[in-house]
Amino acid sequence: MNAPSLLSMLRWIVWRDLILAWRRRADMLSTAFFFVIVVSLFPLGIGPETQLLRTIAPGVVWVAALLASMLSLGRLFANDYYDGTLEQLLLTPQPLFLVVLGKTLAHWIIAELPLVLIAPLVGVQFDLSSETLKILFVSLLIGTPILSLIGSVGAALTLGLRGGGVLISILVLPLYIPALIFGSGAVEASIMGTNPTPHIYLLGAFAIVSALFSPWAAAAALRISLE
Amino acid sequence: MAAEDDNILEVSNLGCIRGDRRLFSGLDLSVSPGTYIQLTGPNGSGKTSLLRILCGLLAPAEGEIKWNGANIRSLGEEYVASVTYLGHRHGVKEELSALENLRITNALNGVEISKERGLAVLKEMGLGGRESLPARLLSEGQRRRVALARLLVCNTTLWLLDEVLTSLDKGAVALVRSLIENHLTGGGIAIVATHQELVLSTGHTKRLELTT
Repeated sequence: MNAPSLLSMLRWIVWRDLILAWRRRADMLSTAFFFVIVVSLFPLGIGPETQLLRTIAPGVVWVAALLASMLSLGRLFANDYYDGTLEQLLLTPQPLFLVVLGKTLAHWIIAELPLVLIAPLVGVQFDLSSETLKILFVSLLIGTPILSLIGSVGAALTLGLRGGGVLISILVLPLYIPALIFGSGAVEASIMGTNPTPHIYLLGAFAIVSALFSPWAAAAALRISLE
Repeated sequence: MAAEDDNILEVSNLGCIRGDRRLFSGLDLSVSPGTYIQLTGPNGSGKTSLLRILCGLLAPAEGEIKWNGANIRSLGEEYVASVTYLGHRHGVKEELSALENLRITNALNGVEISKERGLAVLKEMGLGGRESLPARLLSEGQRRRVALARLLVCNTTLWLLDEVLTSLDKGAVALVRSLIENHLTGGGIAIVATHQELVLSTGHTKRLELTT
């Protein structure tokens, strides 16, 4: 049998999940709408107090991104689990972490990338300067892969459990705290007029660490869930 | 290793426990190329569990499985590359068309096929004209045919088929029979869990009955 390159396998897995997501656009849109609505509720509730809005903006946008990713994580493996394609994926002749990495990458493109792109727009409601909006965009761009990566471990662990959606939040949200602190910290620093790059670097370091460990942990969890 | 006999799959003293129930124990099995094993037994006797253990999805409670003399756990992906497992949840994505299902599943198993080849295979499986319909619009039997189409393309030695004959019509059952016959002639092995008798004209047929 010819040895397929790992990269082309990764491409097939991502491609497959992207087609599936496109055929179920409603799921994809609901996450983005949830994010927009949650973020927009705060300026509407608080009123035109620009100073206060600017202070809470980093936390609000980041927390909304965390909650929005909770909505989509449940579907990461569940659909494939119920129609038997997940066990077929486990039985493909390639390392399982590659399958998990591919699905996580697809999840990021489907569920997180839209949030990253919308965030500067919804950020305008908080009276943020264009420089701060740029930092908001960058912090989410670097930080949201962490959400997909760590989330994949939670999704794999709660696969097939009843009430998995709530369980996944309890399991995963505490692990998101470093991303939340550094991500919103970067935006806050930019608002205060200090240098946001240390926060961005720390966020990047956390993203690299989670990229190294999460696919293996999720792969191990998947094996257990499918036994 | 010249004295090695030609049993490429060796199962010794295999036992399986699900929950707190022992499904089977002390199961021994040696399989040589060109063998068809018909796995029978009442519901809940462990047919599916046995097949899942054989493909490596499930860890056995005891005993070991050897493929070409090496434990399948230590072979890892090398073993997986020589096995095709079709479960009773047949693993056909409802949102994808029959052709997309076939091409993606095979690509992920390391066999990339062209669109023309995919169409020819589906036609052979009796799905001509329905290649680009989303699988959710197909009937249960047709979806099963989409899953089975993989057998025409894959180049694996060991086929583990779990209840693949359910919801198939007579024509499709005959098709599966000829698929398995060809596979055996080429030196393959097929282990099929089924309640339907499948009489083959080639290969050795063994029967393995699990009891509760």
